[in-house]
Amino acid sequence: MEMHKRRPENPCKRYVKVRADFDFDGSVRPLLFREEDGPACRIDRILDVRQAASLKAGGQGVRYLCEAEGQTIVLFNDEPYWFIECEDE
Amino acid sequence: MERVILHVDANSFYASVECLYTPSIREKPVAVAGSTEERHGIILTKNQVAKKFGVSTGEAIWQARQKCPDLVCVPPDYPLYIRFSARMRKLYEQYSDRVESFGLDEAWIDVSNPGVTISEGEKIAHEIRERVKSELGITVSVGVADNKIHAKLGSDMKKPDAVTVIPPDRFREITWPLPVGDLLYVGPATQRKLRLMNVLTIGDLAQVNPLLIARKLGKNGLLVQAYANGQDRSPVMPVDWRMAIKSVGNSTTPPHDLETMDDVRCLCYLLAESVSARMREEGLRGKCVSISARTTGLETFSRQKTLPRPTNLTEEIAGAALALFEQHFRGKFPYRSMGISCSALCPEDNPIQLDFMGDEAHRMKCEQMEQAIDGLRRRFGHQVLQRCVVMTDRQFADINPVDDHTVHPVPFFAG
Repeated sequence: MEMHKRRPENPCKRYVKVRADFDFDGSVRPLLFREEDGPACRIDRILDVRQAASLKAGGQGVRYLCEAEGQTIVLFNDEPYWFIECEDE
Repeated sequence: MERVILHVDANSFYASVECLYTPSIREKPVAVAGSTEERHGIILTKNQVAKKFGVSTGEAIWQARQKCPDLVCVPPDYPLYIRFSARMRKLYEQYSDRVESFGLDEAWIDVSNPGVTISEGEKIAHEIRERVKSELGITVSVGVADNKIHAKLGSDMKKPDAVTVIPPDRFREITWPLPVGDLLYVGPATQRKLRLMNVLTIGDLAQVNPLLIARKLGKNGLLVQAYANGQDRSPVMPVDWRMAIKSVGNSTTPPHDLETMDDVRCLCYLLAESVSARMREEGLRGKCVSISARTTGLETFSRQKTLPRPTNLTEEIAGAALALFEQHFRGKFPYRSMGISCSALCPEDNPIQLDFMGDEAHRMKCEQMEQAIDGLRRRFGHQVLQRCVVMTDRQFADINPVDDHTVHPVPFFAG
């Protein structure tokens, strides 16, 4: 009997590598992120930080609504992973 | 002051977390099931869609697939569920410092405070329900009442994503028509006995003659009858509460059956080492040593013995266990598994009466040696140092009883 493959590829979820500031009060502020083999992308502004579920990408954690290179990015810290939500192509 | 207690129950917890993390299966019938290869092929939990097909917890995957051929079965991911459960708890702790978990998916929250009424509790319950949905992405059912039993009963009444209030002045009309099996701690065996007494609903149980209940079901019968009458004063434990340890034990099923006293001696030392190391870690000594052994026919026997004074030394615990085995179990070889546990515990720094006739110097040396072994094992792992007696059987020597022991869910009657 075949089991469903764990977590099949999801085009709306892209794992990223993050450089961040860890503050004295324990808060984490992402500064840069990079997709596998992609260029580094600097985060210009963080518009909102809250705990949230990502129904689109499938995950949960601290959601950072960011502005990066003129675009709005939704970045999640789903410990221990970081991912961004993308539009389905 | 009126108590206001919430019981939050995550709906189809494992399946909900799986559906959250895998959007492509969210609308399909989904079940989390044990692996077929390891002969654990049963349904652990299912989502609402699968429930509509009649898929039920505990049945074999093949049975579930007969009812629902398109059932998506995923293997359990316990580390993820544990992480997720901790996040839920963190949210609950924003409402009270009295949060008591009951398994991974349930918790009681005591929100009692001067001025907080049951209807205030209902508002808090809705807020928690909404926040869990938006912040964590799964749904919960919440029961609100003035005691833990009714709060739990309430959370089971409306599912999913709902709040049920059982006000203390109206609990009879709400809970009494429910089947008696809905009550916490009325399991199938108790239900069978109650059915013979024609006790079918919670109301029947509440009103039956207590003498009759006590005669048929003993103390536990009176306890569940008190629950049926809404009489539960048990507190919701504070966040930093730790259950007092009553005994320290370890048991194992070795790679082959125990055939001779040599096998038993080897396993006794292995288990006694682990029990004594854990007692030292907790700063305890025990005065009562118990052993249990299970035959290949799966019959279990146990015996215990009180020592002249409390100990946490391997040699003394293993010695007592071996003596018990020699005395009681010798004639029933082979055995499939065995366990040793120590109870009647007291703190290690309690003064003890020295033995004028015994060899105290030897005892102190043993103590120092065991502490040194603990230190080495902490730094380099359990297998870094082993007793000769354990090395007599290579297969037994590979058992690591300290790290492999399982922590079981905390029971309701704790402390």
